[in-house]
Amino acid sequence: MSEPPGTGPVVRLAGIGKSFDASGSPTEALRDINLEIGRGEFVSLIGPSGCGKSTLLRVIGDLTEPSGGTVEVNGKPAIRARLDRDYGMVFQSPTLFEWRKVADNVRLPLELFGYDRATQAERTREMLELVGLTEFADHHPYQLSGGMQQRVAIARALAFSPSLLLMDEPFGALDEMTRERMNSEVLGIWERTGITVVFVTHSIPEAVFLSSRVAIMSARPGRITRLVDIDLPRPRGLETRESPAYFAHITQVREALRAGGGLEPDLGSVERTAAEGSIG
Amino acid sequence: MTAASTPPPRRRRRTRVAFFVLFFVGLLVLWEALKFIGGDPVRVDGQVLWDPPLKIAMASDINMPHVWSIFGRLGEPTTGGSPETLAWYLTLQALYTWREAFIGFALGAFLGIGLATAFVHFGLIERALVPYVVASQTIPIVALAPLIVYLVGHNVSSVVIIATYLSFYPVTIAMLRGLRSPDPRALELMRSYAAGRWAVLWKVRFPASLPYLFTALKITATASIVGAIVGEGPGGIQAGLGRAILFFAQQYTVAPEKLWGAILFTALLGIIFYGVVRGAEVRILRSRPEAAAG
Repeated sequence: MSEPPGTGPVVRLAGIGKSFDASGSPTEALRDINLEIGRGEFVSLIGPSGCGKSTLLRVIGDLTEPSGGTVEVNGKPAIRARLDRDYGMVFQSPTLFEWRKVADNVRLPLELFGYDRATQAERTREMLELVGLTEFADHHPYQLSGGMQQRVAIARALAFSPSLLLMDEPFGALDEMTRERMNSEVLGIWERTGITVVFVTHSIPEAVFLSSRVAIMSARPGRITRLVDIDLPRPRGLETRESPAYFAHITQVREALRAGGGLEPDLGSVERTAAEGSIG
Repeated sequence: MTAASTPPPRRRRRTRVAFFVLFFVGLLVLWEALKFIGGDPVRVDGQVLWDPPLKIAMASDINMPHVWSIFGRLGEPTTGGSPETLAWYLTLQALYTWREAFIGFALGAFLGIGLATAFVHFGLIERALVPYVVASQTIPIVALAPLIVYLVGHNVSSVVIIATYLSFYPVTIAMLRGLRSPDPRALELMRSYAAGRWAVLWKVRFPASLPYLFTALKITATASIVGAIVGEGPGGIQAGLGRAILFFAQQYTVAPEKLWGAILFTALLGIIFYGVVRGAEVRILRSRPEAAAG
């Protein structure tokens, strides 16, 4: 929620390693990750199943501690950034609280941060407008479709104006049509708010369509093997998805993945959930 | 979405009540059928109207009084000189017992919620106390009730303690499960908000545990009544359904209908208390269709 001082990178990862000690045999999930993400960037992390991309996101968000290396967010240690409420989080499952109406779910962080009631109501209304769910404010989560629920989760993540939005395969559970629509909506929100986004996905088209940069990761131990700049013109829309440059970038990312030892990542979605779930 | 395919709640409730009544009438018919086959001869003004072909000891008028004599008895004075009917007397005793049971129910709920909350937050307390909580439920109440009365005295407090004792365990176990039921992602979300333990407890763990709590409360609604009734005897309480049951049991060979009447009112009390808890559950869990269905 606090605006960071200076104009340095929002995220700076230096020499990040992470191993899990599962049942006696340590598993190396991440090795020597170095990455800087500038203000207003949209960076996707993509890689094969179990490459640790979700773990890396969780390291950035201080939901898990790295075994080595340093994480700085807005020039502060990750824990400081978390305590300063610099993060908005969106998970693969919407994780809405079923006992709260849609508006009350969006309001939750504002309530926790002690905003006064008028501000809470105003921010909630703005956020619901941003994701186009104004008329669903008084609905219960179960009355909404999966895509709509995820929009509520995004509204909730943005409600307190965090400087960094972390999204962990937010559209992985949605059908292709809904997913493409959600992609466009997220881009719209990103353009309007200027927020920095780190986005985990295993879909190459999604990563290319959304990102300003794509970080390609290799399988265990997870490393960033390449950073691909996506210099497609903005605003991006339907024409982007049909442009030769778009396909060229998709090919570029796919080849980079293959070179890094990653198999076709689109096929790994089911195992990914199981595999990465078990190591955290 | 799902609501459209099911009938409206009012009609569903009416159907449920209709089935309950139908089943009750069916039980009465079965009861009388058994007596018709193997009960005592039916007499009207000394004349034998029907002599059942079989003699089944269980179906005698002492063991199973006629349905009409039980219901008829409810309309007559409790004893020769009393101004009130047996039904009114039993209603008053049921209310008396319910008051004891309700206090025990509420205290048991608070105790159970408190214990479970402590267990969830402090592993050491959980490891130290859970064996005692389990052991406490292994000791039969008939052994413990006189002890409690000895410690607390012959008064309502001892009855309330016994009702509490029978109530807190289901609540503790269910709440422990309920407080741990939130999705790990929900807890991570709260962590990303830098939310403290209290915020997590109030905003996530407690609301998430409500369906579990209500399941336990439906058990303790009846368990607390049993506790109150059982406690009234050793507690030396001169009122309540427990006292009425003990009293009428002594008169059983003379007037078996009275004990059956007391049993009927005890059952009714249990059903009504359960219904109140269930009603609260449906109202409070309305926004969670699958949780409210339980």
